[in-house]
Amino acid sequence: MKPLQPVSAQARISYGISFFVLFVAAWAVATLGGFVPKLFLASPITMVEEGWKLMTVHGFAFDIAITIWRVVGGFVLAAALALPLGIMMGAYKPIEAFFEPFVSFARYLPASAFIPLLILWAGIGETQKLLVIFIGSFFQLVLMIAVAVGGVRRDLVDAAYTLGSSDRSVVTRVLLPNAAPDIAEILRMVLGWAWTYVIVAELIGSSSGIGHMITDSQALLNTGQIIFGIIIIGLIGLISDFLFKWANQHLFPWAAK
Amino acid sequence: MSKLSIKAVGKLFPARGAAEPTRALTPTTLAIADNDFITILGPSGCGKSTLLRIVAGLETASEGRVLLDGQPVTGPGADRGMVFQSYTLFPWLTIIENIAFGLRERGVSERERLDIARSWAERVGLKGFENHFPKQLSGGMQQRTAIARALANDPKILLLDEPFGALDNQTRALMQEMLLGIWEREQKTVMFVTHDVEEAIFMASRVVVMSARPGRIKADIAVDLPHPRPYTIKTSAAFVALKERLVEEIRVEVVGAY
Repeated sequence: MKPLQPVSAQARISYGISFFVLFVAAWAVATLGGFVPKLFLASPITMVEEGWKLMTVHGFAFDIAITIWRVVGGFVLAAALALPLGIMMGAYKPIEAFFEPFVSFARYLPASAFIPLLILWAGIGETQKLLVIFIGSFFQLVLMIAVAVGGVRRDLVDAAYTLGSSDRSVVTRVLLPNAAPDIAEILRMVLGWAWTYVIVAELIGSSSGIGHMITDSQALLNTGQIIFGIIIIGLIGLISDFLFKWANQHLFPWAAK
Repeated sequence: MSKLSIKAVGKLFPARGAAEPTRALTPTTLAIADNDFITILGPSGCGKSTLLRIVAGLETASEGRVLLDGQPVTGPGADRGMVFQSYTLFPWLTIIENIAFGLRERGVSERERLDIARSWAERVGLKGFENHFPKQLSGGMQQRTAIARALANDPKILLLDEPFGALDNQTRALMQEMLLGIWEREQKTVMFVTHDVEEAIFMASRVVVMSARPGRIKADIAVDLPHPRPYTIKTSAAFVALKERLVEEIRVEVVGAY
């Protein structure tokens, strides 16, 4: 193999699928071949059966919908506040100097550590779930958006000024469009992280959602259901990632590599 | 009265830590007449770009002042169009939108600004590329767009900072002819910074030679070659004589700083 030599689109897809196939095959051999006790790891077949039961008998679709709603709700809330703040911080250095140290500190506070506190404050209802995701995403978003906005090429700003731009329009007509593809990419990434927070939030003090189902299944030693839940999360992540990438390519054709 | 007058403008970069303050530009005085095409010729790092950026208002002078039509320059503005050495088209805008950028800032109606932008795209030979994005264009085409973008604003003076510095020789020669053609037709006051002797003579009605850092003006030479100037003029006796003289002026500076 030559380093960095590109592969064709066809080969890329078949390589990608083959690993999935290998992975499931190894899993099947380990479980169906009796190398791993059934108690600890369900076989792919049991997993599919349990998954079917979850969907048809236990109304798991509702849990999936609830979890998606929580992720999207908390994330949209975080993004709605992080965008203006991050843009202001990226564009105006005094604002950055004012907020940046605190936000840098806050981003390292693990969202999951807030769960007990948030349960005290907001109970175990939806507000608490949204807040966990909000805390987990907001500070990350602010910092990364600020960096994206502030990372504009200096000579583009100079060019805008010599074309008669005001300070304000340098922000709206240069800094923002310049950072837009990066910001879209940041949103895509942080949405992925939000999925981790929602499951953690649902593991503790929850009566619905994918995370809740996983804790319930653990009590019943139903590893098939647990794995099904995890796979569903992976699939949703894959779909949302794909949608984001597709949207970015169409929104920002000029930025495509 | 001169269009642009630079009065004892100097630049001193402040001291940083233990380092001494650096003088980039010795106080320099220069007057540029209306519709004049002057080139500022000097070795790398002689402060010629600094001088141009001060005129553009992108940098502040440590001393002295710049007057455009008698009005002091206090910051960047649309009356001084600038073309940079680096490619500075806005990558998210199409060619036509890039050219119309300044007009939009001034609040010109969409219809009018598209008309102006289209006519400029045509004048710099970019007809058919109006809806392309900058990354789809060659370096030469991008710089032509940058020139059209600056001129579409109808500035009082056009400032160019080694605009063809990153282009290959053949493209560079074509760009010189194109810009000179525009100047001959449109009549503009132009200040053009370069370190290329041939380019400085070919374009200019006046070549200002600067010394090595800290920069100061060491020669101010009128170029009396006729207009329009075909590229063949570069091999004429008068051109070659001028070139020899300027090469010598610059060589002394480079050797001194080498």
